[in-house]
Amino acid sequence: MCGIAGLIHRGKSSNVGQELQGMLQALKHRGEDSTGYALYGDTDGQNFIMRFKVGENVAEGSSSIKEDISVYDERKKTVDRYLSDLGARIVKEERILPYSLRYEVKYDKDLMEFSQRIESVPGVEILSMGKSLEVIKDLGNAKAVCDRYNLDKVVGTHAIGHARMATESGVDIKSAHPFWGYPFSDVSVVHNGQLTNYWNNRRVLENKGMRFMSECDSELIAVYLAEKMRSGATLEEGMRDSLAGLDGVFTYFVATKDSLGMAKDTMAAKPLVLYESDDLVAMGSEEIAIRSVLPQEIETYDPFDGEVKVWQI
Amino acid sequence: MANLKTSEKKTKAQSMGLHTEVLTGKTQQKFFNPDEAENFYYFGTHDVDFNKRTEIDVKDMECKEANRKIDELMSEGYGTIVIKNPQGKHSLGVGILNKLNLIFEGSLGYFGCGSMDGPIVRINGRVGWSCGENMMAGKIVIEKNAGSCFGAAIRGGDLICKGSVGARTGIDQKGGTIIIGGDAGAFTGFMMQRGRIIILGDVGINLGDSMYDGTIFIGGKIGSFGSDAVEAELTESDIGWLKRKLKVAEIGDNFDVSKMTKVVAGKKLWNYDALEPTEKKGAI
Repeated sequence: MCGIAGLIHRGKSSNVGQELQGMLQALKHRGEDSTGYALYGDTDGQNFIMRFKVGENVAEGSSSIKEDISVYDERKKTVDRYLSDLGARIVKEERILPYSLRYEVKYDKDLMEFSQRIESVPGVEILSMGKSLEVIKDLGNAKAVCDRYNLDKVVGTHAIGHARMATESGVDIKSAHPFWGYPFSDVSVVHNGQLTNYWNNRRVLENKGMRFMSECDSELIAVYLAEKMRSGATLEEGMRDSLAGLDGVFTYFVATKDSLGMAKDTMAAKPLVLYESDDLVAMGSEEIAIRSVLPQEIETYDPFDGEVKVWQI
Repeated sequence: MANLKTSEKKTKAQSMGLHTEVLTGKTQQKFFNPDEAENFYYFGTHDVDFNKRTEIDVKDMECKEANRKIDELMSEGYGTIVIKNPQGKHSLGVGILNKLNLIFEGSLGYFGCGSMDGPIVRINGRVGWSCGENMMAGKIVIEKNAGSCFGAAIRGGDLICKGSVGARTGIDQKGGTIIIGGDAGAFTGFMMQRGRIIILGDVGINLGDSMYDGTIFIGGKIGSFGSDAVEAELTESDIGWLKRKLKVAEIGDNFDVSKMTKVVAGKKLWNYDALEPTEKKGAI
């Protein structure tokens, strides 16, 4: 089933980590195999923030194979060496969990080459790369993931998130949402639905040099939009193209450094409730998610079939 | 017992055009006979007094707890119940089978007031997916917008939304009337079998797709017609009925119903299985 939620504050920052946690926790009945956050925090914009994993969470319910922790250490060392080779300087590093790391990196060259080199290390995946974006995803419900990664203090302008019920791929971090819009910095996507032309699109996109890290159909949206933008389309144009290019039922959110967008398929088969005011847009699979940040009576509505909307901060 | 056989004489409902199909074969039709009212008994119903009024705040209640509380109050004879702070909770006010004035001061989540038979409900907010699903009788009035599958499979009663609704409004509708003051999404009236839908605003693509019977009236623009949905002539009888219905529903003041588009089933899909493959293509 899955649940998605997102919000954007216009003209100000807020405690988006805590707000998104509340929204996703309200949707936990839609799935708590894994939960993911894409948070656009307040930063000085000088360095890239790279969130990456060197292994999987093998807690109960995980479909991943257990590895020795020394393997993670070896992978981290290799990543550090490759960063040095690429001319990237690590300004700050945090090892949040044995398998999950956050680096602040000074780098000013091609991101595609950067990502390909880092991800050539087996078992390593960049979850996000951006000057504002940080993707945090792990097994468990919204509160469990928030507590594990201390997200409730994150201040920023906008955020999107996903509560996942795994249906067509494994219970693991690599299949969890949000997906980073590789190789574009600060682009993330969450999706609720099923895409039925995943393999056809994947073959075409891989032939164009795009990379897939999982077999989760939702990753296709991030890659599809990234490829459109690489070809010169704006985010909104890419989203409109996706209504015809992606087959199946879907509602998805996409966020960039300064915007948040939503798209709904032409069958309108997946739910979305939207609240829009001058200073805040909040949306989720169910109204109950919005109520966690706006308990008072508000005007909400369901976007229609084939609708695409984009808001700026 | 009521006569289960379809009589030659038309019932009042049939003569008013509320349903037009000719039932054949093993299909049976049973109409309620007021003389036999004592034979009809619903388990779990209560005798309530509309003048006995109470309020409950469900802010900190789970939906099961809130519904149990409503049932408890009805069993104590309360006929007017006000629910405060529903805050988008799912499945509130479901399965109520007796007369009741139920007022929600706020918005509901999924399946609000589903499977009910008799209550008069007013919702001073918005509703999520499948509001009023399987309603047998009664009336629900929503002051704001509604989600998708509004009035799915209703058998009777009036379901009124003063705002706009999502996709598949009246899907599988089997009776009753759905009235929308604003716009409606795609697949409105999808597979409807009986009853009427009135949309004062615009409607999305595939209107009335695969409908078996029933009637849809549209006041605004139509995205596209669905398979086997066709436009029909709006009669004086229709206009009179629409005026009365909108007046009673307190919606669409001064709306010119004579300019509405009437949509019915083309009925080419009715005997779909009996058609030869080449004929099926034509039917679709």
